[in-house]
Amino acid sequence: MQRYIVRRVFYALISLVLLSITIFCLIRFTGDPAVLMVEPGASEADLQAIRQEFGLDKPWVVQYGVFMVNMARGDFGMSIYYREPAFELYLQRLPASLLLAAVAMSISLLIGIPIGILSAVRVNSWLDTIGKTFSILGLSLPSFWVGLLLIMIFSVSWGWLPSSGSGTFWHILMPAFSLGWVFSAAYTRMARSAMLDVLGSEYIKLARLKGLPEKLVIAKHAFKNAVIPVLTLAGINLVIMMNVAVVVESVFAWPGIGRLLYEGISNRDFPVVQTTVLMGGMMIVVINLLVDILYAYVDPRIRYGQ
Amino acid sequence: MDSSTASVIDSVVLSADRPSRWSGLLRSFYEAPFVPLLILVLLVLTAVGADWLAPHDPTIGNLRARYLPPVWEERGSSEYLLGTDHMGRDVLSRLIHGSRISLVVATAAVLLAGVIGTTLGILSGFRGGWIDQVVMRLTDAWMALPTISFAILLAALLRPSEWNLVVILAAVYWTRYARVIRGEVLSLKERDFVRLAIVAGCSRTRIMGTHILPNIANSAIVMATLQFGVVIIAEATLSFLGVGVAPPQPAWGLMLFEGKSGLMTGFWWLSIFPGVCIMLVVLAANLLGDWFRVWSDPQLRQL
Repeated sequence: MQRYIVRRVFYALISLVLLSITIFCLIRFTGDPAVLMVEPGASEADLQAIRQEFGLDKPWVVQYGVFMVNMARGDFGMSIYYREPAFELYLQRLPASLLLAAVAMSISLLIGIPIGILSAVRVNSWLDTIGKTFSILGLSLPSFWVGLLLIMIFSVSWGWLPSSGSGTFWHILMPAFSLGWVFSAAYTRMARSAMLDVLGSEYIKLARLKGLPEKLVIAKHAFKNAVIPVLTLAGINLVIMMNVAVVVESVFAWPGIGRLLYEGISNRDFPVVQTTVLMGGMMIVVINLLVDILYAYVDPRIRYGQ
Repeated sequence: MDSSTASVIDSVVLSADRPSRWSGLLRSFYEAPFVPLLILVLLVLTAVGADWLAPHDPTIGNLRARYLPPVWEERGSSEYLLGTDHMGRDVLSRLIHGSRISLVVATAAVLLAGVIGTTLGILSGFRGGWIDQVVMRLTDAWMALPTISFAILLAALLRPSEWNLVVILAAVYWTRYARVIRGEVLSLKERDFVRLAIVAGCSRTRIMGTHILPNIANSAIVMATLQFGVVIIAEATLSFLGVGVAPPQPAWGLMLFEGKSGLMTGFWWLSIFPGVCIMLVVLAANLLGDWFRVWSDPQLRQL
């Protein structure tokens, strides 16, 4: 187990280093970062001053070293637009993103699991057809369009919900639904296939042979096991949701990290964009590491297999 | 988005419906889903014939005909069947020309990603050793990147244009091919025909090209079909955020972005029609991909 964990942590570290190198190189391959840091139309002398201030005239290796050391200290550079440390801006926006992701997650699970389970229990019935249609539709509608449709229906036509901003419970409903939409389709599929697997297993046959009422077999014996893989996936998806929310947040002006990224692009605020992407990558690496370790802890075959 | 779609694609594999009766490959080909195929054929036709089909110029508007609703609405004009936008440009013509952008960008991006991913996957799986380690660690790191944010970062660095968009999307979506293909190559490598080729003294390039490549082509094509929809959505998302196709080009995502400001004032057609186009194409690609995956895999087909 220890060797396994050490190996996984090592891989995760490699991922993080590669991640930082990728982003570091991209910025320097695709143009002069000094140009990205000043307002358009700055003079050559200004550029030179910026290069010296941020050490952009030093060799790449040195620059990368400085970049890594600063990052390790939580220094991701100053936002050009807000004149504040980019990392602090990020931390300020994080709670809103977490809230949105959590609500979206709950909505998508509440929609996805029941539809998937019902679909599996009544295989090839009209319920199943609805479930399958729903899951393929979920994959095919861009989340921002779902958002636009919701605004059209609930804000413009009926005037029930506010179309943008945050603050009250009502503000979160539409963004959370748009964000959760594609995930609920994914959970429908997963819940359906997991339930089908469970229903074919021996212990369900035994439960039925014992003469348990079908409702009890489904609700108590099958349901619990079918939901486990969905919930595991949901844990990982929480992190992913926070990082794909950018388009939904920009539709609804939700003040999360996605909105920060969007503003970063509009304002040509490069340190902010870089921070958001890097932090997103780190979160994903860390959550993957945790899941790997958790799996190995639960299932000995994984830790001895490698 | 990618990781979620990845898990979705995985669950597609798990929840595949097993067609009951199959009598021969030819017959099965006739069972290709008709409607999705029709939609995609229509897409290609409109993309090719956009110049003839579009009644108006997609980028030049008539400022006296701004915000006209579709023809069946009260103020609608038969000259602009699906209405006009904030610059008086014909929505229908823009949709028709937009199909070309969607098709070209998505096809090119999927092909480029497929070539990069498949090449790396074969190399990594067949050569093993340090090459494998390097490629797989790179794939891991790349997969950890938050897809859409990473694409936005790239798009913000590069100038917005169709070809840069292709490069960006390919750069983001090659990893799945590499992962899956590598796995397949690992098991192919142990098969007798590959061993025989090694014993017979074939060069590595020859084995990878003529013995391994044809055997993984199916998986690559299935993945490409399923990714087509994902890439179209990604392109629309980037354009919607203003870092994809540059105005005044008529990309569907861009049209939705431009139409958003008219949403609260009731210009619904600007937000509905481009979205419906995206939905139809992606739906068609997903359904066809699903069908193709089942068709190309004898185990799922229960032959």
